[in-house]
Amino acid sequence: MTLEHDSRLTLGHLVSGFRRMAPLSLFVIVFGLAFGVAALQQGLSGLETMMMSGLVFAGAAQFATLELWGETIPLLPLIAITLAINARHLLMGAAFYPHLRELPAGRRYASLILLSDANWAMAMTGGSNAARLGILVGGGIALWSTWMIGTGLGVVFGSGINEPESFGLDAIMGCFLLAMLVGDKRDLSVLLPWGAAALAALAAMAWLPPHAHVIVGALAGGVVGLLLPSRQESRA
Amino acid sequence: MMLDATRSGVMLAIVIMALVTYLTRAGGVFVMSRVPIGPRVERFINAMAGSVLVAVITPMAVNGDWGARMALVATLMVMLTLRKPLPAITAGVLTAALWRLF
Repeated sequence: MTLEHDSRLTLGHLVSGFRRMAPLSLFVIVFGLAFGVAALQQGLSGLETMMMSGLVFAGAAQFATLELWGETIPLLPLIAITLAINARHLLMGAAFYPHLRELPAGRRYASLILLSDANWAMAMTGGSNAARLGILVGGGIALWSTWMIGTGLGVVFGSGINEPESFGLDAIMGCFLLAMLVGDKRDLSVLLPWGAAALAALAAMAWLPPHAHVIVGALAGGVVGLLLPSRQESRA
Repeated sequence: MMLDATRSGVMLAIVIMALVTYLTRAGGVFVMSRVPIGPRVERFINAMAGSVLVAVITPMAVNGDWGARMALVATLMVMLTLRKPLPAITAGVLTAALWRLF
């Protein structure tokens, strides 16, 4: 019991995580709206579209598999594309594991239900285990809520914003993730693994099947990070 | 393996998609809880964490237009000078919008 103190998630941590994620979450409404419109055009009903956003809660995979929904639904491609795009979650979860390890299994796996790029990236930037957990779960609730609001607006009102790119809104997720990545790091030693990750991702985009680039890039960066400091240690 | 797009067929497909997605969310933690974490595994994880984001952002810069690229450059520069995410993201989005306007 005493072991859990550092990881004990309070309502305060949840609210704080929700609040920190709120500004970005508002922009998620636009993406949800775009998905709602696209799903209806694909022939899904409003209820089905809402169910998908609510249960799957993975924008990139939802957009990418939309074209599969027709008179019949091919299950294997649906599973394969969903796996390929969401496989990055495996690595994100693994990286977050040290902050969850003190939790009992039930709460550990429950707190991962809303893991997505933005709340994970923010939770990785620092803080106590409880604060990070608050961002993962509270921030996840913020993102899920606005994703649902956006999907609902898209379903009800149709094409509200047809071209989010003309407002620069398509750039916001990239800018957010980049800001989280840079954080307050002053250590240049990350540049080698990150460079390797970028190059490997580019190579995978050119030569490997679609959606493989995130996994390939992340693993390449991890391997370079694994190799680098060991040389410094052997010198020391 | 085809499902007919009846109401129950579509719902089943959505539930399957949701389960697959949750497995990816929980799978990494499940594996890590079974692996002894030494300093080597820790170094790998730490380097991999940032690398995930690098690999997500790289195609945005490569496939995006110059508006998207300049947005990332603006975010990076503000982030490196001010170290505050909100101004950095705002600068990025404004840059993309203005770049495309003119």
